Amino acid sequence: MKKKSVVILSITLCLVFLSLWILQQLLMPKYMDNTKEGALISEYYDNAGNNDVVFIGDCEVYENFSPITLWEKYGITSFIRGSAQQMIWQSYYLMEETFRYETPKVMVFNVLSMKYDTPSSTGDSGKREAYNRMTLDGMRWSKHKWNAIQASLTEEEKTWNGEWMYLFPLLRYHDRWSQLNRDDFKYLFHRDQVSDNGYLMQTGIKPVTGEHPERPLADYTFGENSYYYLDKMVELCKAKGTQLVLIKAPTLSPIWWDEWDAQMEAYAEEHDLLYINFLDHQDEIGIDWNTDTYDTGFHLNVYGAEKLSDYFGKILQEECGITDRRNETELAEIWQEKVKIYYERKAKMEAATQ
Amino acid sequence: MLFTSFNFLAFAAVLLVLYYLIPKKGQWILLLAASYFFYICAGLEYLGFILFTTISTYATAYVISIILKKQDAYLAENKATLSRDERKAYKNHVKCINRWIMIACLFLNFAILAFCKACIVEPFQAIAEERGLSFLTVALPLGISFYMFQSAGYLIDVYRGTAKAEKNFFRYALFVSFFPQLVQGPISRLSQLAPSLYAPHAFDGKQVSFGLQRVLWGYFKKLVIADRIVAAVVTLKHPEYTGVGFILLGVFYAIQIYADFTGGIDVAIGLGEALGIKMPENFIRPFFSKNIAEYWRRWHSTLGEWMKDYIFYPISVSSPMLKLSKAARKKLGNFGKRLPVYIASIATWFVTGIWHGLTPNFIVWGMLNCFVIVVSEELTPLYEKFHNRFHLKQKAWYGGFEMLRMFALMNLIRSCDLFPHVGDYFSRLGSLFTTFNFHILWDGTMMKLGLSSLDYAILGFSIVIVFAISVIQEKKGSVRELLWNKPAVLRYVLIYALFLIVLLMGSFGIGYNPGNFIYNQF
Repeated sequence: MKKKSVVILSITLCLVFLSLWILQQLLMPKYMDNTKEGALISEYYDNAGNNDVVFIGDCEVYENFSPITLWEKYGITSFIRGSAQQMIWQSYYLMEETFRYETPKVMVFNVLSMKYDTPSSTGDSGKREAYNRMTLDGMRWSKHKWNAIQASLTEEEKTWNGEWMYLFPLLRYHDRWSQLNRDDFKYLFHRDQVSDNGYLMQTGIKPVTGEHPERPLADYTFGENSYYYLDKMVELCKAKGTQLVLIKAPTLSPIWWDEWDAQMEAYAEEHDLLYINFLDHQDEIGIDWNTDTYDTGFHLNVYGAEKLSDYFGKILQEECGITDRRNETELAEIWQEKVKIYYERKAKMEAATQ
Repeated sequence: MLFTSFNFLAFAAVLLVLYYLIPKKGQWILLLAASYFFYICAGLEYLGFILFTTISTYATAYVISIILKKQDAYLAENKATLSRDERKAYKNHVKCINRWIMIACLFLNFAILAFCKACIVEPFQAIAEERGLSFLTVALPLGISFYMFQSAGYLIDVYRGTAKAEKNFFRYALFVSFFPQLVQGPISRLSQLAPSLYAPHAFDGKQVSFGLQRVLWGYFKKLVIADRIVAAVVTLKHPEYTGVGFILLGVFYAIQIYADFTGGIDVAIGLGEALGIKMPENFIRPFFSKNIAEYWRRWHSTLGEWMKDYIFYPISVSSPMLKLSKAARKKLGNFGKRLPVYIASIATWFVTGIWHGLTPNFIVWGMLNCFVIVVSEELTPLYEKFHNRFHLKQKAWYGGFEMLRMFALMNLIRSCDLFPHVGDYFSRLGSLFTTFNFHILWDGTMMKLGLSSLDYAILGFSIVIVFAISVIQEKKGSVRELLWNKPAVLRYVLIYALFLIVLLMGSFGIGYNPGNFIYNQF
C-alpha cells in the first residue's frame, strides 16, 4: 500500500511539473516575429566551439557585423553574442560563459555600454527589465548566468525577489495568457534560427536625413562600475590568452562623445589594447548613409554591415593574426551551409522590403 | 520578507522540510530561529523592539510569579496564625505590588508602541527626523501592535493568576515572535498556543495537506482579489468620486480588506497548521452577520476578545463603575444600569481606534462603531416590538436583508479608514444625500478606475468562488473535510486548479505593485 502511494505521488508530481513546464514554454515570449533580438543569445550554444572571433555587446554588434562576410572574405569563423541594450556586466558574464565553450583568438567588445554604470542609469525600469530578459533568458543555466542576473536586477525586480523569476520564468510571464498568439503555440517546443551566427539581418534602407541631436552631458566620466567590468574583461582575456579588441561601431546615434572616445583611447593605451573607433574610418569603410542604414543612422543594414565586416576582417587578419581557414574541408562545409542560409534570408528579406 | 514574496515561499518550504526532518525535540528551537530570521529580514534595526518587549514582559511575569509563590508559601506557613482579614490584607498588599510592577512594564511597552505609531503620523515625522530617528518614520517595527498585545495579554493573565508564567525564556520568545502570526495576527493567548507550539510533531500527511490548502486559499484571496481590486480603491478615493462613487468605494474597499486580511490570516493559520500548530480563528465569515455585535464577533475576533478581556471587562466591573451604575440606576432607570457598559464600550472602541492608527479617522471610526452598538442596544426593545407586530424574522428573505443592511452599514463606517482627514470622509458621506450620479455605473466611468474588463471578469469569477465556499462553510462546515471524503483524484484536481488560478491570475511580479498586507501597518 505504501509503495503504491509513493508511486501515485511520484506520478502526480511528475504530471504537475510537466504541466507547469509546458505552461512555462507556452507563456514565455518566443521573439520569433517582431522582437527577434530576444532570440539571439540562445542561438550561440549550437554554434560554439570553433570560433576565431567572438563579438560581445549591444545592437551595435549584432546589427553591424556580418560573420558570413568575415568567412567569405577572410576565412574567419566568428559569432556575435549580442543582445539589445546589453549592459557591460552582462557582456562580462557572457564573455566568462563563452570561455566555458571555447577560447577564441580574439574577443571583440563594443564599448558603447560603458555609458551605463548601473541598471537604473538606463532610465525606464520596465524597458530595462525587458532588455534584461532578452539577454538573460537566452543564457543556459550556470554560475555565469546567476551572476549576470544578480548584477542586472532592476529596483522593481529586486522588490519581487527577481532571481526567482529568472529561475522560473513562469513566475514572470504568468499573466501573459491574455496576450497569447499563434506563434506561442507554433514555437512551443522549438525555435527558428533568426540570426546568421548572431547577426540580425536588416535589408531595409532609410537614409540619414539630418543630425540626431542630443543634450550635452554634465559629466562625461564613465562610471566606476563600468570600469570595474572592463578591467575584469581585460584580466579574463589575459588569463585565457585571448586578445581583447575594443571597438565603437560607426553608427551616428546615440552620440559617441569625444570625451568618451578620449577615455577609451587612454584606457586602451594603458592596457595595451587595440581600440578602433569606426566612426573615424567611415570613408575607408565606404559607408554611404544614404544606402547603408535601415533607420536613419542608428544601425547599419546588411549592406553597411558587409562593408564594415570586410574592413574589420582585414584588421583581424593583419593586426590580430587570424588566419584563413577556408581550406579546412569540414569547417568549410559547415560554413557553406551557413552562407547558403544567409543569402536565402537576404533574398527573401529583400523581396519583402521591395 | 512579505508573505507574498518568493523568498518567503522558499523560506517556508525549507522550514517545513527541515521541521519534519530534525529530531522532534528541536522543532520549537528551529521555529524560534526561523522566527527571528524572519524578523531580522524585515530590518535588523527593529530587532531591539521585539527583544525589549520579550525580555521585559518575560522578566515581569517571572517576578510576579515569584512574588505570588512567596505569598502562597507565606500564607501556608502562617495558616494557623493569620486571621482571615490579615490574610486578605496581605493578599491585597501583594496584589498591589504586582499591579504596580505590571503597570510599569505595560506602560513602558505601550509608550514604545505609541511612540512608534506617532512617528509615522505626519506632524511627528518632522520631529523624529530632526532628532536623527528618521528610520522610525519609514515603517513601524514589524508586527509591533500584534506582538505587543499578545505579550501584554500574557502578562495580565499571569498577574491575574489565570496563566502560569513561562519559565523557559526561549520558549516565551517563540510565543512572542512566532513568525506566521507576527505580521498580522491572530493575537493568541499562551494557553491557546503553547500546547501545540512547544509539542513535538510527527509528519501527518492530512494535516500538512490541509495547512497548505489553506495557505493556497489565502494567496488566492490576497493575490487574485485584494491586490487586483486595490487599483479601483485607490482611484475611488479621489475627491471627484462622490455619491454613488462613494458607495462603490465602500463596496470595493470591503472586498479588498476582507480578501487582504483574511487572506493573510489564512496563510498564517495554514502555515501553522502545516507545522502542527493550532492558532485561534480570526474571521468567521463576517459578511454573513446580521447585526453589529455579531459582525465584531466574526471580524478580527482575536483583537475583539483581547479588547473585551483586557479593556472592556476591567473597566465595566471596576469599583468606580459599579458605584456609578448604582447611582445612575436610581436616577436614570435601566439606562443608568447600562451606563457603565457604554462607558466601557467607548473606552474600548477608543483604544481599538488608536490601535489601528493615531490619525483622527481611526478614532472616529472607533467611535462610529461604538455609536452604532450603543444605539442598537438602546433600540432593542423597539425592534422587538416591531418584530412581534410584523413577524418579518420568519420570512426567508429577511435574513438576507439583514446581512445586506449590515454590509452596507459597515461599508460606510469602514470607509473612514481611507480618509486621514476626517472632514473628507464626512463630506463624502454627505454626498450620498446630495449626489445621485447612478450614471457612473454605465457611462464608462467603471473602466477608468484602473481595472480592465478582464480584471472585472477575474474579480467577478473569484468573488463568486469565495462566496460559494463561504456559503458551504456556513452551512456544512469545513470544505477541506468535505473534499477529504471525495475521491483523491477529484480533490487534487480541484487543488491544482486553484493553484493554477493563483499562478495565472494572481497580481504579482513585474508590472504589479508588491502589495503589503493592509494590517501590516497596524
